[in-house]
Amino acid sequence: MKVMNLVQAINDAMDIKLKDDKNVVVYGEDLGVEGGVFRVTEGLQVAHGANRVFDSPLAESGIAGTALGMAISGLKPVIEMQFDGFVYPAMNQILSHVSRFRNRTRGKYSVPMVIRIPYGGGINALEHHSESPEAYFGHTPGLKVVIPSTPYDAKGMLIAAIEDPDPVIYLEPKRIYRAIKQEVPTEKYLIPLDKAKVLQSGEQLTLIAYGAMIREAQRAIAIAKQQGYSIELIDLRSIWSIDRETIRNSVMKTGRALIVTEAPQSYGPAAELISIINEEAFLSLEAPPTRLTGLDTVIPLPLGEKYYMISPERIAAEIERLIKY
Amino acid sequence: MLNTKTIDKYSPLADKLYQLIDDSGHPLNKNWKPELSPEAIQQAYKDLLFARTADLMAVSYQRQGRMYTYPPNLGQEAIHIAAGLQIKEQDWLVPAFRELGTWLAKGVSLKEVFLYFKGHEDGSRFENAPRVLPVSVPISSQLLHASGLGYSIKYQNEKDTAVFAFVGDGGTSEGDFHEALNFAAVWEAPVIFVIQNNQFAISVPIEMQTKSLNLAVKGIAYGIPSLKVDGNDFFAIYDALRYAREQAVSGKGAFLIEALTFRAGAHTTSDDPSKYRSAELEEAWALKDPLKRLKGYMEYAGFPLPAPEDELIASFKKLIDKEFEAAENYPQYRLDDVFDYMYAELPDELKRQKQNLINAIGGVK
Repeated sequence: MKVMNLVQAINDAMDIKLKDDKNVVVYGEDLGVEGGVFRVTEGLQVAHGANRVFDSPLAESGIAGTALGMAISGLKPVIEMQFDGFVYPAMNQILSHVSRFRNRTRGKYSVPMVIRIPYGGGINALEHHSESPEAYFGHTPGLKVVIPSTPYDAKGMLIAAIEDPDPVIYLEPKRIYRAIKQEVPTEKYLIPLDKAKVLQSGEQLTLIAYGAMIREAQRAIAIAKQQGYSIELIDLRSIWSIDRETIRNSVMKTGRALIVTEAPQSYGPAAELISIINEEAFLSLEAPPTRLTGLDTVIPLPLGEKYYMISPERIAAEIERLIKY
Repeated sequence: MLNTKTIDKYSPLADKLYQLIDDSGHPLNKNWKPELSPEAIQQAYKDLLFARTADLMAVSYQRQGRMYTYPPNLGQEAIHIAAGLQIKEQDWLVPAFRELGTWLAKGVSLKEVFLYFKGHEDGSRFENAPRVLPVSVPISSQLLHASGLGYSIKYQNEKDTAVFAFVGDGGTSEGDFHEALNFAAVWEAPVIFVIQNNQFAISVPIEMQTKSLNLAVKGIAYGIPSLKVDGNDFFAIYDALRYAREQAVSGKGAFLIEALTFRAGAHTTSDDPSKYRSAELEEAWALKDPLKRLKGYMEYAGFPLPAPEDELIASFKKLIDKEFEAAENYPQYRLDDVFDYMYAELPDELKRQKQNLINAIGGVK
């Protein structure tokens, strides 16, 4: 065991897979020599060579499209989009090809690749550096979309993603990259890519969140606890596919559900989760399944971000409203 | 024959065209002799005639309502046959969608081609054609796959292996075209990019597509050796592809060929070319028809046709009809086919959606 933050855990996962499998290659913008703008790939080029960990030309569609070519010919590319807002030029490749090549060729070619994307706001960044684009990927058939919220999960899920025979979008909550430290096994382990996790057991309400919102949810639960409420917290972990069973079991027990996402509201993961709760646990409900999400606005620049980001106090207030409903 | 010295005579920057025979099939240089044997040239003629016959029949099946939208190859076949002769078994073929003769040379069956355009994904499985990618509809996006394959070839140290990647003239306006050339150049990847410049991107003429002197110059900017070739001159395009492949597999990296040609038919069976191009233009290009020119050379050189053309066509039609019948008699599309290839293992969510669909349509499979 070793104490690691998210950055170190993700780095460790890539390091293990690079050692483990000579077909793994890691590339993107500034991630070779510099080790990435967040230093997530620091040291990997020196350890594994510049033909396996390298800087590519600055073109996101190019990175994703070439990775498909590599993936169908025996390599396992782990590519990085430097920031959430930079993935959009690659959307044609991801939506039109990466997600579809297996189906289009009836399984003759599969696309075992991982697209790592640091995502989310709250880091006082420029425009295009604070987006939550998970709904675009969750809406795209053929992808798996996951978001870890702890160093332990980050490592196990990235190793599982690299070993998965299908393309995985791996979103990294950059706001908490260095905020959480945890004991993480130094050896290899896998965490399933389609399972949510009950982080905390409770009786009166199911709070569902993921990524950086987990920390805000935990703070809200601490407030709610002082008010005498018992809250169950689920870390969704997988945006697609959604773990219906874990959600059903929890909401059938608590009768109430609150979903917190940083992503804009409309057509977002919270809407999908509420539909699932209605399908799976309608007769157990004692209050309408409710969402607390980002706004259908552009995420503001740092000085305005406080209006967009969801605070623990707002979550706690919503918890109370639903319990008293 | 092109070599590292003569290639400079055909600089795209000087807008030079690499051409070996004239419109009637006569050599431009009387001392020129093809490197292919008479038998190989006769075979190329047969292959071209076969591909053309299959293509014309595909259009007619479509007109009979037996197939959906189809993109005709008429007029561009010399490029496809020449590429088919140059591409090796270990090479990758990255098509756009109008390269029928090359697909066939790589081992794709007509049955599969027909099945695909009849509307079944099984037609992209290419059972007996290793290293052929499926049709790529989003224009130019496939070229990046070629550059990635090129990286893979180098990474895995595969000898004597190249990628043949196709795009049209309109595709050179897409961002992915430029990214693909740039990645392949930087990585020194063994990729041969072939632009089939057939003068129109559906309805938009080349003049509205670019202000470049020609399309081959676009490669120069990326540091990629490039050549503008008469794509209706079988011998010129054959030699250009031979040279490009030699360069690529010898470690010199990517190569770009602009093959000048003309789409004699429609973009697809859904379009009417009379709306956007003149009969005069079509007639002028008909004089440069690649089959006519190849036959012109054979006559000039004194090679007999392998058999009378109408007899060959009649025998080809029987084969082609058989392939089409096999596509028509292909097993019905199953509900399983919708779901089962989405992931290596069907995720629970799709199992649920599949079961719901089975329940909703009365268990029909």
